Amino acid sequence: MARAVTNQRKTVNTVVAWAIGLLIFFPVLWTVLTSFKTEAEAIADPPLFFFFNWTLENYSVVQERSDYMRYLWNSVVIAGCSTLVGIVVAIPAAWSMAFVPSRRTKDVLLWMLSTKMLPAVGVLYPIYLIFIELGLLDTRVGLVIVMMLINLPIIVWMLYTYFREIPGEILEAARMDGAPLRNEIVYVLTPMAVPGIASTVLLNFILAWNEAFWTLNLTAAKAGPLTAFIASYSSPEGLFYAKLSAASTMAIAPILILGWFSQKQLVRGLTFGAVK
Amino acid sequence: MGRIVLDKVEKNFGEVTVIPPLDLEIEDGEFVVFVGPSGCGKSTLLRLIAGLEDVTGGAIRIDGEDATAVPPAKRGLAMVFQSYALYPHMTVRKNISFPLRMAKLDKAEQDRRVEQAAAVLNLTEYLDRRPGQLSGGQRQRVAIGRAIVREPGAFLFDEPLSNLDAALRVGMRLEISELHERLKTTMIYVTHDQVEAMTMADKIVVLQAGRIEQVGSPLELYRAPRNRFVAGFIGSPKMNFLEGPEAAKRDAQTIGVRPEHIAPSPSEGMWKGRIGVSEHLGSDTFFHVHMEGYANPITVRSGGEVAMHHGDTIYLTPDAERIYRFDDKGLRIV
Amino acid sequence: MATEHSRSAARLMMAPAVFLLLVWMLVPLTMTLYFSLKRYLPLRGGDLGWVGLDNYVRFVTSSSFWPSVQTTLIIVGGVLLITVVLGVFLALLLDQPMWGQGIVRILVIAPFFVMPTVSALVWKNMLMDPVNGLFAHLWKFFGLAPVEWLSQAPIFSIVLIVSWQWLPFATLILLTAMQSLDSEQLEAAEMDGASPFARFGHIVLPHLGQAITIVILIQTIFLLSIFAEIFVTTQGSFGTRTLTYLIFQRVLESQNVGLGSAGGVYAIILANIVALFLMRIVGKNLDA
Repeated sequence: MARAVTNQRKTVNTVVAWAIGLLIFFPVLWTVLTSFKTEAEAIADPPLFFFFNWTLENYSVVQERSDYMRYLWNSVVIAGCSTLVGIVVAIPAAWSMAFVPSRRTKDVLLWMLSTKMLPAVGVLYPIYLIFIELGLLDTRVGLVIVMMLINLPIIVWMLYTYFREIPGEILEAARMDGAPLRNEIVYVLTPMAVPGIASTVLLNFILAWNEAFWTLNLTAAKAGPLTAFIASYSSPEGLFYAKLSAASTMAIAPILILGWFSQKQLVRGLTFGAVK
Repeated sequence: MGRIVLDKVEKNFGEVTVIPPLDLEIEDGEFVVFVGPSGCGKSTLLRLIAGLEDVTGGAIRIDGEDATAVPPAKRGLAMVFQSYALYPHMTVRKNISFPLRMAKLDKAEQDRRVEQAAAVLNLTEYLDRRPGQLSGGQRQRVAIGRAIVREPGAFLFDEPLSNLDAALRVGMRLEISELHERLKTTMIYVTHDQVEAMTMADKIVVLQAGRIEQVGSPLELYRAPRNRFVAGFIGSPKMNFLEGPEAAKRDAQTIGVRPEHIAPSPSEGMWKGRIGVSEHLGSDTFFHVHMEGYANPITVRSGGEVAMHHGDTIYLTPDAERIYRFDDKGLRIV
Repeated sequence: MATEHSRSAARLMMAPAVFLLLVWMLVPLTMTLYFSLKRYLPLRGGDLGWVGLDNYVRFVTSSSFWPSVQTTLIIVGGVLLITVVLGVFLALLLDQPMWGQGIVRILVIAPFFVMPTVSALVWKNMLMDPVNGLFAHLWKFFGLAPVEWLSQAPIFSIVLIVSWQWLPFATLILLTAMQSLDSEQLEAAEMDGASPFARFGHIVLPHLGQAITIVILIQTIFLLSIFAEIFVTTQGSFGTRTLTYLIFQRVLESQNVGLGSAGGVYAIILANIVALFLMRIVGKNLDA
């Protein structure tokens, strides 16, 4: 039973919540607005909110001057490939742990989680050195590998929690019906788990997209994704607010949109199923 | 084709023995029911036969051939699961044809068998729906259809009716019995409900703690239970057990008498008691009679309309021929 | 509950994931341990031999160690305090009936999806810049002298930026936990005469207990290794050098790999202590 609430209280809630929501969202909003201003308008005092000459000029300048598309493409490739490879490696593992659990399953899961807890800075130099030795420094392949590995525990965990919700009897039925293991996973498990797999892909894409330790330390101009592209604006010569805003908007827009779809999965994925 | 022999089959989960070595023969075309309280190992036994679990020891032979190490799909058995285990993302047609597609049968043959099964099970008009759009009874039929099309050597049913409501359960019980009459294929059916066992089985296997307590036809078990457990498990309402002087009088540790084998009377009889709760079902009346010196009330069946009520004194006379005597180990004294 | 066949299949299918993570964990970890026992300066002579635990001692006795620990603790503690308190408040608020709840939720969650370099840059330049930043305009409007946020209140600024990024995470998890609270419990308490504060203290807060613990543990692990925010804003100056940043500087900026690796081992130990508590909770949940 929903509690009956007076309109007055609802109004108060609404006003307070919207005020706080807009306050929290303000930096994002301000960035987007500024990206449509001229540089002079961007630093005008008093600040201009809506009444300025809306222009798209910054976007074309950013693209021309810094080759935004290349960074964007790097981000897409790195986040996309690392997620896909991770999923392909993780589905069989999650299948095993969810449907053929043994006494060690729990330990393996927790151990995987513990690798995620390894502070990146603790292994920075070894990875750096290995990358130099193997010629992976500033390559997309190198970053795909690292992103895949740092997100693999989360992917396995998320898939595991989704798979556990699928009754094992259905897979046994497939086995009785003569499906070999490969068919069991391809024709029965995977289609049933599509929503779970999609959520997992989405969340890990976002995490890989926003990762900003390895991308900053292992790339330069060639394989740098958007995180590195934006960081390059922190140097003084890049300080043009409108252009900075345009670049920022372009870097976060795709993920903001994806992110709004994945609110629920975020909770499950980042708490390892401990909060549902 | 479906003679199944279990030879000293044994199952342990780690240290825990679920099924101590056990022998059982199931004849071709028989309807066998495994019955017992929950946790008695009946489902495990079925899964061993299906091949979904490995046996720890012993051998399973199907039609004379050793199937102990044969994977489930190759045993020629079909299983209907408790949850139906339908593939939610496939239509009814795809569900039913799944085993045929896995066996790579040609399309025409697949269609023929699916249509035939659908006709038998009244599913023809639902073939293009998904399981989520079907009622419980229809889902049950799809699960059975998926089993039929394989033309298996034997059907395995794992508590298939326990998710249905009471009215539907009676209907499905009849349908499965009819199916057996028509196909004459071996069926092994697991349930904890002794009514299902009694009404459907050619042969009942009563299990407790992984051991077979008794094997026999429903009436054999009813008339001649081997021990106290079977006597108490088969029959509804349950058999009354009395210890103490009445048992001693008959040279037994315990005596048992079924509610339907006791004649009640308001005026005279062998035992005297007082009526507690009485359940009026219309066709029958069950009295729970409290007797001096016995902790548990005795259940007695009487005719539908009787003029005896709560608190009345009642006299009971057991049918002397139908008093079962058990020794201190619970075995029946014959 | 399965056959030997499916168990061996399971082992085989788990192998790639386990192998990859094992390599990913063991190889760099062993190398870090190895370097931490050496005097190793790639740009100044390379491998200068074994030094035992010298690096470990030097790392903790260097003048930058304790300040960096202090900075780390203040940043982590500050962010935790802000995000948990505000997170509980926001979760309570967003759980109330209102118009446009979905949109408000989206507004509140948005910062989590902003990549760290962007949020650091936006805050640093467009909000906190002492000349052209929005805060400067605001301060001037009220007749105050603009604050040079990143040099005058550097740690506060970083706490503010990081809290802004992590508040959505705390809110979202606490809101999810809140929604699993049986509303009949609250109604029963109301019938029993509990005031709103009593209901919050006796029912809501205990219900959120586990979620709060999880928020604290997970955030701690991520916050211990925040990097981009400092890299973009202060580069570790003005007393904002955290343990993570100190190690980064030792390894890549001053190329003292031995010393940095010893620091890395400390960081790993620190993270593992927190992780141990987290895993105990997660593990318990796994059994249920």
